[in-house]
Amino acid sequence: MFDPIKTLSPSVPDIDDDAYSMDDFEGVNARWCHACGNNAILTAVQKLCAEEQLAPEKTVFVSGIGCSSRLPHYMGTYGFHALHGRALPIAEGIKIRRPDLHVFVNTGDGDCCSIGAGHWIHAMRYNMNMTVLLHDNQIYGLTKKQISPTSPRGLVSSTSPRGAYLEPLNPLAATLGMSNISFVANAVDWLPSVLYEIIHQAFHHRGLSFVRIVQRCPRYLPHQFDEYMKDPERILLLTHAQGLHVQDAVARRFKHCMEHDPSDLDRARELATNQERLPVGILYRNPGVLCYEDVRTSVEHLTAADKVKALEREFDKFTVQPTS
Amino acid sequence: MNDSTATSELDGSLAAQTPTSAVDQRRVDEIRDHVVEVISDSGEGAQKCGQSFASIAAKTGHGVWTVEIIPAEIEPPARSIEGASGNRIRVGSYYVNNGGDEADVVIAFNEQVLLGRERAGGLKPGCTILLENKWRHHQDPAIVTAYTSTCEQLMADGYQVREIPMEQVCLQHTNNPQRGKNMFVLGMLSGLYRQDLEVARAQVAFTFRGKGEQLVKRNLRLLEAGYEWATQNLEFAFEIPSVERKEAQIVVNGNTALALGIMASGMEICAMYPITPATSASHYLSDVFENVGGMVHQAEDEIAACAFAIGASYAGKCAVTITSGPGMALKQELIGLATMAEIPLVIVDVQRGGPSTGLPTKVEQGDLLQAIFGSHGDAPRVVMAAATIEDCFYLPIAARKIAEAFNLPVVLLTDANLATAQQPFARPQLRKEWFAAPVDQSAIPEGERPYDWDDTTGLYRRFTPGQPGGMHTVTGLAHDRSSRVAYDPATNEEGLKHRSLKLAAFQKTLTVPEVFGDPQGDLLVVGWGSTKGVIEEAVARVRAEGQSIASLHLTYLQPMASGIGDILKRYRQVMTVEMSWADRLEDDLITYENRRYSNLAWLLRARYLIDVDCWSEVRGQPLKPRMVTEVIRNKLAQGVSHV
Repeated sequence: MFDPIKTLSPSVPDIDDDAYSMDDFEGVNARWCHACGNNAILTAVQKLCAEEQLAPEKTVFVSGIGCSSRLPHYMGTYGFHALHGRALPIAEGIKIRRPDLHVFVNTGDGDCCSIGAGHWIHAMRYNMNMTVLLHDNQIYGLTKKQISPTSPRGLVSSTSPRGAYLEPLNPLAATLGMSNISFVANAVDWLPSVLYEIIHQAFHHRGLSFVRIVQRCPRYLPHQFDEYMKDPERILLLTHAQGLHVQDAVARRFKHCMEHDPSDLDRARELATNQERLPVGILYRNPGVLCYEDVRTSVEHLTAADKVKALEREFDKFTVQPTS
Repeated sequence: MNDSTATSELDGSLAAQTPTSAVDQRRVDEIRDHVVEVISDSGEGAQKCGQSFASIAAKTGHGVWTVEIIPAEIEPPARSIEGASGNRIRVGSYYVNNGGDEADVVIAFNEQVLLGRERAGGLKPGCTILLENKWRHHQDPAIVTAYTSTCEQLMADGYQVREIPMEQVCLQHTNNPQRGKNMFVLGMLSGLYRQDLEVARAQVAFTFRGKGEQLVKRNLRLLEAGYEWATQNLEFAFEIPSVERKEAQIVVNGNTALALGIMASGMEICAMYPITPATSASHYLSDVFENVGGMVHQAEDEIAACAFAIGASYAGKCAVTITSGPGMALKQELIGLATMAEIPLVIVDVQRGGPSTGLPTKVEQGDLLQAIFGSHGDAPRVVMAAATIEDCFYLPIAARKIAEAFNLPVVLLTDANLATAQQPFARPQLRKEWFAAPVDQSAIPEGERPYDWDDTTGLYRRFTPGQPGGMHTVTGLAHDRSSRVAYDPATNEEGLKHRSLKLAAFQKTLTVPEVFGDPQGDLLVVGWGSTKGVIEEAVARVRAEGQSIASLHLTYLQPMASGIGDILKRYRQVMTVEMSWADRLEDDLITYENRRYSNLAWLLRARYLIDVDCWSEVRGQPLKPRMVTEVIRNKLAQGVSHV
């Protein structure tokens, strides 16, 4: 990687020339609005890539359409900015072909919970080893303020001028009700160290790790999450030896901090539907769940000659010999 | 066909019942070809009987083409006109390339399914009908009446109806004739056509392999009983001389050929969602694909199947998705993404009747225009169509090669006729290079961009994830050569131009197809897809009458080879024969200004500025050479396709 400072000042001490820094994971400059929660998510994943020393060429960020889905362009890795709602099946195809790649998916509440909801259910069930980040700002931003499935009832928007009619879809409760799930967490963009730690744990989980991130949209819903930001009492921090670890200084800020064993699915479901406080942490983790690629990807290496032989055997089944 | 209840009749001596000593005193008609239909209620085994008969005929050196007769429901009511299930087999002393005209011989398990075929226009006037007669003695008088009145009517209409005590004879060999009657019928057919009984025996043993010795024995006994019955009770038989077969052949239907072709192409991932009539290709592929390191992914829907294939292709070797018309419509947005991001992809569309759910089990060629023009905006892709079972094997191999060489989607069209038709073709010689890895994985030199389009051809080297130095984000948004989102007018046009140029570059590699018939003359019939054999047979018939005509069959529909326009100009008139809807000028409202043409006719008119006429039939059935022959005669005589 060409680095002008290093080149011009050879005296700059360099501990490890080959190590990747956060700069190596920067793509084009982010074009989100000022104070958009997506910036915090971008920083967290760039930090993760650098901390984990992921080879940029071995890392792919896949996204759908929406503000959230611009993220791959801002990374220095491979990226696939696909179609509205279709990030998950594309990521699955990548993973089945190349299980050695680190696959991340960035999706929004419209992308994942509305147009791509069918794929969402099935992606959880396939449980392929990837990290899925749901940037949930409860509104459509890129198309200018329409309600999303996660918008609260009564929310006034361009398509709900008299307020949203229905209760919102709860992405945590929905995910915890799906089959074959293995990792479900909830984070908020304004607590960067907690966000980082959750994404870090999600990355290290083998299977599909689903992280819903409550994300601020300063343009269209500037005060949507003020109650949680201003009043830490509304947050329930979930910690555990097998779950989220936070520094004492962080934990002290939260009056409601509880030990939650992430193997307890019933408790996770209760927490997900808690109306009083927003749970932040790892709700559920089960490392023993079957991954689709483990049962579908062949480990046996077949040469072209092996393949020809196998196909000749198929032809034998249908062959009629020459007459005479 | 499975039967575990039959045990008591298994001790009979096979040798004692083998009809080798019977003296054959039948009148034997030597014929060049015949169309035979075997029809029953669903589940009575007429399909297995028909397929077995076709295999026997192929093995004894005959040309063969089969057509499945499939009811729309899994279990339609018994003895119903719409419930006819079975097989049509055309057997000939030559290379048979289509299902032929109406049936010469029909074997029916009840008179209602027979009526269904009669009403569908499947029976040749005066043809021979061999009909199960147990209904004449049924306890329900309504059934007796239905049976006797139908028999009388058919005889009055001139059909040669032979009532046969199929079940009664079967009862001498099994206590459950419902299961196994089809093998008795197979024996009858083999006897009627003087097939080699040993070959028939081997076929039955193969069909029931792995189902237990007792079942094989019982079915062999029924086969022999049928053979003997035909030899001793029918006063006539047919002899279709065999032809010498110099090379080994494989006998499969189009969907099996497609699955074999996908395996041979080196593609390793097939993503699909169940849809008739495409799914049987995936059934077979699911069974054997892993033997060559491949996998079938049954996705949650058609869209996901296409997305999964695109994801897999993006990360390496080209992947394939198989579908039919409704699924094709659902995949169109993603096909546009593959075009925009320039990701290789093979999409197979086994066409069925449409629009909407249409005729799921029946043939139509209505997807050509959506294959070429589907997706919004300009989304160029290559479209090819299989005309034979052999094409179903070789075209997936070509499709992968084109998709990877030009980084674009390739659509392969087949149809419900090819899907279930069987036709022998030369056993392929496999090549190791078909399985080759797709792309160079070496590091990308600094400064090279992911879309470094060649200004003449639009071609460039594709970077795949895992490749050092090639990091970029592919996007469905308009983008520049570095794959950066770009909304400016010049960059947008640059992308459009280069994606389109690739099609022109590919077009330069195509060779002009050969004309069948006169090199110039009064009429050129143009076709595509499964109608090739029918059109060529009709053209040959009319040429034998002294007319100067020809046909041209297109494998590549988008782009079309250079030279086609020149061919069209060598004939006084040009028309297409297709199975997609075209308005008929004899209808009061239809004029030259509002007529909607069948798919290929639209394309030829637009590109070559020639007044191409069209004739089409969209009845969910394969075309018949006799009908196309009449169409050509009319066109020559009156200058119109419909009279």
